[in-house]
Amino acid sequence: MKTKAKFGIGVAIILVTLSCLAYVGAQQSKTYYHTISEIPTLNGTALHQRLRVGGDVKNGSIQHYSGRVDFVLVEQGKALPVSYVGTDPLPDTFKDGAQCLVEGKVQPDGRFVAETVQAKCASKYEAAPGGQAQPGTATGGDSYQNGKS
Amino acid sequence: MDLFGSYSLLLAFAFALYAIFGGIAAIITRRPLLIKSARNAGFAVCVLIWIGTASLWYLFFTDNYSLAYVAAHSNRTLSPYYKFSALWSGQEGSLLFWSFLLSIYVFSALFTYRGKHPELMPYVGVVLAGVQIFFLTMNNFVASPYGVFIGRGAGGILHLATRADGSGLNPLLQYPEMAIHPPTLYSGYTGFTIPFAFALAALLGRYPGEKWIHLTRRWTMIAWAFQSAGILLGAHWAYAVLGWGGYWGWDPVENASLMPWLTGTAFLHSVIMQEKRGMMRVWNVWLVFLTFMLCILGTSLTRSGAVNSVHAFAESNIGHWFWGFLLSIIIVCLAAYFKNRDYLRSDNQLDSMISRESSFLFNNLILLVACVAVLAGTLFPVLSEAVRGSKISVGPPFFNRVNIPIAMFLLFLTGVGPLLAWRKTSVESLRRNFGFPLIGGFVAAVIAVALGLREFYVTLCLLLGVFVTLTILAEFYRGARVISARTGSNLLSSVSQLTMRNTRRYGGYVVHFGMVLVFIGISGTAFNQDKQMDMAAGSQMSIGPYNLYLQNYDSTQQPNYSAERATIDVEKDGRSVMMLYPTRRFYPSNQESGTMVAISSTLREDLYVVYAGTNPDTNLPVIHAYLNPLVKWIWLGGAVVVLGTILALVPNRQAVMVLSTATAGQSVPVPGGVQPAQILNSARSQLPSDHD
Repeated sequence: MKTKAKFGIGVAIILVTLSCLAYVGAQQSKTYYHTISEIPTLNGTALHQRLRVGGDVKNGSIQHYSGRVDFVLVEQGKALPVSYVGTDPLPDTFKDGAQCLVEGKVQPDGRFVAETVQAKCASKYEAAPGGQAQPGTATGGDSYQNGKS
Repeated sequence: MDLFGSYSLLLAFAFALYAIFGGIAAIITRRPLLIKSARNAGFAVCVLIWIGTASLWYLFFTDNYSLAYVAAHSNRTLSPYYKFSALWSGQEGSLLFWSFLLSIYVFSALFTYRGKHPELMPYVGVVLAGVQIFFLTMNNFVASPYGVFIGRGAGGILHLATRADGSGLNPLLQYPEMAIHPPTLYSGYTGFTIPFAFALAALLGRYPGEKWIHLTRRWTMIAWAFQSAGILLGAHWAYAVLGWGGYWGWDPVENASLMPWLTGTAFLHSVIMQEKRGMMRVWNVWLVFLTFMLCILGTSLTRSGAVNSVHAFAESNIGHWFWGFLLSIIIVCLAAYFKNRDYLRSDNQLDSMISRESSFLFNNLILLVACVAVLAGTLFPVLSEAVRGSKISVGPPFFNRVNIPIAMFLLFLTGVGPLLAWRKTSVESLRRNFGFPLIGGFVAAVIAVALGLREFYVTLCLLLGVFVTLTILAEFYRGARVISARTGSNLLSSVSQLTMRNTRRYGGYVVHFGMVLVFIGISGTAFNQDKQMDMAAGSQMSIGPYNLYLQNYDSTQQPNYSAERATIDVEKDGRSVMMLYPTRRFYPSNQESGTMVAISSTLREDLYVVYAGTNPDTNLPVIHAYLNPLVKWIWLGGAVVVLGTILALVPNRQAVMVLSTATAGQSVPVPGGVQPAQILNSARSQLPSDHD
């Protein structure tokens, strides 16, 4: 058989094997991302899948119980009650107002049971300048703008 | 000083414009004066960026809180070490830092080849200036770190304002390692711009031969070494500081740093093919283009919020700029390729499956496939939303299932590749070179299985790891033995002479060995254990062979944080072996908590203990202990990789060149001593050599 054909077969075998593995891996771990507003609209099958939801932790809503932590996520005016039941400690960045990603399933009563909670690094790359107040800074009409004066 | 800095950046932008347009004019008109002035503009851009960056550092060190960026990332009580690293802790400053590091590379490339390669360097200058112009646009107009506070005074008149103190640096960034990881990684990302520029320049200018590869080889290796170190430093920081017990989560930003490393590794190896056999020209040009594009993609993903990640942040307009830049690069590369594609035809063809060419081809392919898989997994939410309307993300099972077999195949190629002959390897040669190492690998695997090892991939990794190590040792031994026989020096000194004669080859072997260590270290993950418990003072928890006794726990108050600390006595076989003090800190300034993990790391395993929190019902500390085997091998392997690269960068010590020829193998008794000519010629003919 010509060398090129042999290579072609070798390459094809590698690609097919890896594609199968990729498919299995994706099936095992795929998580659907939805916004809080979309959750009430989900029907049958979608409700039983692993979901990932993002939002901000509502100030004052964090409550620690035995074996779970309850809090409320808000996004675009909609709120979602969440119970975190995982064994890992919550991330250090998890606090009031933190941007959060939770992974888990929605219960029939609308409560979200989260197995994983990720909270974003609060500083580093904040949203674009638009006059957002820094935590703990002075008030009184201070703002900042790009430019030289 | 802030005006000084911001105007330097603006001037840099102006000079960069000249470097591009003057450079293009220089290429078209071929006037020496234009060429020189465009190049000098290139130098000026770099120097001005350095000034602009130094000014910002000055503002940090002089506690100038009239600048919004300084106020947001520093405060008066911050130590100088962190004031230095605060420069790159936010969006605007890290973009300036990128420009800063890039300009060091640009300056060194323009300086090294000043006055040389007049057919190539003008194109290189234009490409480099083109890349710098994008980042300078960010630094000046889109995300300037020089924004100042403005207040509205009586009568509505605007005036400059200043804060009394800054907000301080995020405590999670106040670890020494966190200060080293971004510069290292950025030095990798920006470094790949140099081979990219030379490749694009050579393609645009139809520069003959493989010259551009020779010229950029050292830069590529340096960038690769920084990228490798940067990735491992990031993993180590995540492991030692974040306290979740692992070092890699296939997070989009982690993947963003891995992808250019994959294609960069392919490029680094594939250029050898082009140098020796004039093959893989299209592969090489596209591998370096892809590597650079992935560097830009990487930083775009981190900054734009396109994919959800623990690192990536709010949606901001800066993403649009980066996607635009990436698109421009893709268009320019495609256009250059289609226009000058015939210039990239190969000199030779593939002759056999069992040849070094074939191993390089498979190496390229498999690294590219790994990169595509990681890219697909990272962008899955974006792709799935476009195709099916719902955002689906995939997790570690996806990445691991695909990448672990790929890693095994790579390990195999690492052992096999250097020993295959160019063009075609005989069965005889195969048996001679691979028999012993392969047997060694199988023996190791059989022993491990006999001792109870049942994990498939771990056994395979062990087999291949031993195989590769033995092939490397055999290479060193074979070469050293020849030198030792001819010069009479001992084996160790012969190894040293051998290495210094061909540092790229033997330094490369050292790097391969480092990778073996890293892979073995990673394979230890299969045996990770962990346990979490509420512990009262005096209680104990056992994990593996260790018993952890919580002696007591206390709270302390420091100026910027409060800490809860557990005192744990670790016993093994009934004897106390060490004390560990896992701590949890709380920083009131930004209401965040941080973990000080207590790690006891040996070659065998890491005992990793975290003060996870306090149980609200019982008020008892929650202690989470992990037993992670072989983790130390990863960090050691990383150090070996970097050292091997440094070794490969050292120029070869030239063997003494002699002009007289002598027949090989004959020893002629000469009164008064041995003739060097005969020894060296016959020795050189027996040494394994890159030269055919």
